[in-house]
Amino acid sequence: MTDPTTTRADTASCTPDDVRTLGTPVDGRVPDVPAEQAWDDRRLHYPLVAPANRRKFTVIVVGTGLAGAGAAAALGELGYDVECFTIHDAPRRAHSVAAQGGINAARARKVDNDSVHRFVKDTVKGGDFRGREADAYRLGQESVRVIDHMNAIGAPFAREYGGELATRSFGGVQVSRTYYTRGQTGQQLQVAGANALLRQVARGTVTLHTRQEMLDLVVADGRAQGIVVRDLVTGEVRAVTAHAVVLATGGYGNIYCKSTLAKNSNATAAWRAHRRGAYFANPAFIQFHPTALPLMSQWQSKTILMSESLRNDGRIWVPARADDDRAPEAIPESERDYYLERRYPTFGNLTPRDVASRAARERIDAGFGVGPLKNAVYLDFADAIARLGRETVVARYSNLFHMYEQATGDDPLSTPMRIAPGAHFAMGGLWSDYDMMTSVPGLFVGGEVGWGYHGANRLGANSLLSACVDGWFTLPYAVPGYLAPLLGTRVLPHDDPAVLEAVEAVHARTERLLSTGGTQGPDRFHRRLGEILYRYAGVTRTPEGLAQGIAEIRALREEFWRDVRVLGEGAELNQELERAGRVADYLEMAELLCVDGLDRDESCGAHFRADHQTSDGEALRDDTTWCRVSAWESPAPDAPDARFVRHDEPLTFQAVPLQTRNYA
Amino acid sequence: MKLTLEVWRQRDAASPGAFETYEVADATAEMTLLELLDRLNDQLVEQGREPVAFESDCREGICGCCGVNVDGRPHGPQANTPSCEQHVRSFADGEVVRLEPLRSAAFPVVKDLVVDRSALDRVIQAGGHVAVDAGTAPDADTTRVSYETAEMALDFAACIGCGACVAACPNGSASLFTGAKLTHLATLPQTRQQRGARAVAMVDQMEHDFGPCSTFGECAVVCPAGIPLSAIAAVGKERMRAFLRGRAS
Ligand SMILES: Cc1cc2nc3c(=O)[nH]c(=O)nc-3n(C[C@H](O)[C@H](O)[C@H](O)COP(=O)(O)OP(=O)(O)OC[C@H]3O[C@@H](n4cnc5c(N)ncnc54)[C@H](O)[C@@H]3O)c2cc1C
Ligand code: SF4
Ligand code: FES
Repeated sequence: MTDPTTTRADTASCTPDDVRTLGTPVDGRVPDVPAEQAWDDRRLHYPLVAPANRRKFTVIVVGTGLAGAGAAAALGELGYDVECFTIHDAPRRAHSVAAQGGINAARARKVDNDSVHRFVKDTVKGGDFRGREADAYRLGQESVRVIDHMNAIGAPFAREYGGELATRSFGGVQVSRTYYTRGQTGQQLQVAGANALLRQVARGTVTLHTRQEMLDLVVADGRAQGIVVRDLVTGEVRAVTAHAVVLATGGYGNIYCKSTLAKNSNATAAWRAHRRGAYFANPAFIQFHPTALPLMSQWQSKTILMSESLRNDGRIWVPARADDDRAPEAIPESERDYYLERRYPTFGNLTPRDVASRAARERIDAGFGVGPLKNAVYLDFADAIARLGRETVVARYSNLFHMYEQATGDDPLSTPMRIAPGAHFAMGGLWSDYDMMTSVPGLFVGGEVGWGYHGANRLGANSLLSACVDGWFTLPYAVPGYLAPLLGTRVLPHDDPAVLEAVEAVHARTERLLSTGGTQGPDRFHRRLGEILYRYAGVTRTPEGLAQGIAEIRALREEFWRDVRVLGEGAELNQELERAGRVADYLEMAELLCVDGLDRDESCGAHFRADHQTSDGEALRDDTTWCRVSAWESPAPDAPDARFVRHDEPLTFQAVPLQTRNYA
Repeated sequence: MKLTLEVWRQRDAASPGAFETYEVADATAEMTLLELLDRLNDQLVEQGREPVAFESDCREGICGCCGVNVDGRPHGPQANTPSCEQHVRSFADGEVVRLEPLRSAAFPVVKDLVVDRSALDRVIQAGGHVAVDAGTAPDADTTRVSYETAEMALDFAACIGCGACVAACPNGSASLFTGAKLTHLATLPQTRQQRGARAVAMVDQMEHDFGPCSTFGECAVVCPAGIPLSAIAAVGKERMRAFLRGRAS
């Protein structure tokens, strides 16, 4: 059991060399063929498992979001013995359910000149050349049948009057490839996926364990061979062993506390796996969504997302004069600054998210923010209503408008919405190779917990896609490829020392949280951590700020282990204990997030460093040094002066040559 | 503003429960009902008292995790709105508000305001799915689905699985929930193949755990997804259709 209380050298002015060393490079094991042929080539080389042998393999899938439900169902359909876990009471509740806007697919049915290649180009370029090109190709190639499959299992996609699938265009692209179901795309896909999972439960191929939280990974003989879970109702802690483990536990945006994620979204499964040897890729790459609701009060529990699709018809502006207190309607056209249209005439209000978020932050910080706390910008539908008519605008966005009105009490049809950047999507995640396998053999990732497709910035509607593709069409090939040579081996017995050690570690940690006996509940620490991260690792970062953030996070972590108060007991439903465990992990992970941000001495995508920008405020990438992935290993938290170890994976681009992102 | 909260506290399924009274002195109009509970919990922790267990996740009305009875009404005073989107502005300063778990024989209390709604998923597991394996689906554009059909399916597919309909029903019926899923899948051409078998399996399972429907209509008033009351008619209709045809499709 490691002791996270000890702080390392506390240097508010630290440099990258103070906090990290360089390790050996990692190999992404991308097939050595042109990127567009990589997936065909790899599939051809995966060893197979004969149908009769499949039930001899047990695979653990953690998470029932689009990635987890898809992987568990697909592996079950193939005949593997699947054990599936979720912290929720029902598989449908995974946070995929909350996605509104849509899911991309390179079906290219229209004559707007879309294609798989263009999809890849948009994805790679949108990610500012910090993702894997071959992964983006696979994503585009598999996207076609994802739509077919989700349609077939019950997702009622929006249709045109002729009966064909409807599409719309999303930020960062000039073609129309986003499939949707009103503003509930995530819900419809998620429910369809969860229902497909329940079909396998009924068939007996998948055993579903609801309200169970993975708290550790079992690694034996250098392979992931099981997990430790806590039953959230009884508090029982037990190990489950298997031939392989798939993590599909979602993103870590909730580390910022006020985010668009769900209250129970967490990084615990990923972080515990990291502590057992799975490298963490690019933790500083976190997307701030430009159209989230601004904070309006202290007790507001999150920054609800307003779908980006609103930017199709809404125009974003702030008053041209700082500290202009007039009501929006009272500000004449000539005294408004439509800053996105001004700075980026080609893409206008549809610039990619990082560009839009940064531009908003810049205006707000410069004193042009609107609303009572001056922390927002306007998103205005007056022109759209004049152009298209009220009815059309309402038909397009009614549920979003309703949601906004619910939350704020304002009607967007009569007064502009107020929006602000909010922490949203984690491009970073557990590092994996082309086969979705982490640096721990046998441990796979799918969905937002992984990293590969989105580089330093994700394009809208690409992550429902990546979660679906991973779950339904990548892991079902890759996992059997790993299992095949293990035929005839048994799962680890529960008295194996590795299992006992992992179970004991979870017990000890739980005990420690319950017995600290401090004065502050975990939520208070979470809120403070969020404030630190927004301040120092937000939309714009500086080396001094990140160093300060590291120092403050260490101090907060130290305070946590001294002063956290977790009431109640371990052997019962104890939500405070759940929260405390997750916040404890965030307090470790946040340090790495800042270390990565400090270390990556360039601006790219969502990672904008103020010390790397052009004279007109655009991001300055450094392809000579930084065209690579940082895959991190963390020191044991009790090792004094220990440093994080960075392993590099160099990135090469063949099909989409390196170029400067330019949305002007 | 000041609110007095009478909150149901129950240690676990086996223990008896009782109301306890708390005061929140600094509630504000823009808080949601669940943020009010967050505020209360912060206060309880400060006083060294165990916080109230309640469920929530997305806090934006889509995951279906939340659900408490407010003065006897599932989700809260505002119609068709989930607990996470109910606001303190619905209450008057000084008001006494009673919070309890969703009440239904099919939803045993787990702790405080948390109930076990797994009976709903058993209905889905029985037949609320489509027998298509990954990779075998035909091109989604070859089967045309008219705009109206897709929109109608969506009206019924909007259910968030919160269980408020069951808690609102004097009989504890899950007809709105079950009917919504049956109608959604019976409306779309691509999911119609197992229409008959699905209706029989789901309705049988529903009757096993839930009460009968007497068309009171209380369910549709609380349903945060606005599922039309016609969903409950689909339950009988779909099963009768299956019975008369005697086929799986
Ligand atoms: C508000 C919002 C709107 C979005 N809109 C869009 C959009 O329009 N288009 C788009 O492409 N993307 C969108 N995204 C992003 C996209 O929804 C997510 O990236 C994607 O759904 C993630 O799916 P997932 O399967 O990886 O994870 P999730 O759906 O988050 O599932 C995680 C699962 O892991 C389980 N879990 C977590 N931790 C543990 C643990 N320790 N033990 C056991 N189980 C655990 C959870 O119970 C859950 O089942 C949006 C995201 C948000 C937050
Ligand atoms: S039908 Fe409505 S009330 Fe019932 S579970 Fe679905 S969303 Fe909830
Ligand atoms: S918390 Fe998700 S619907 Fe209320």
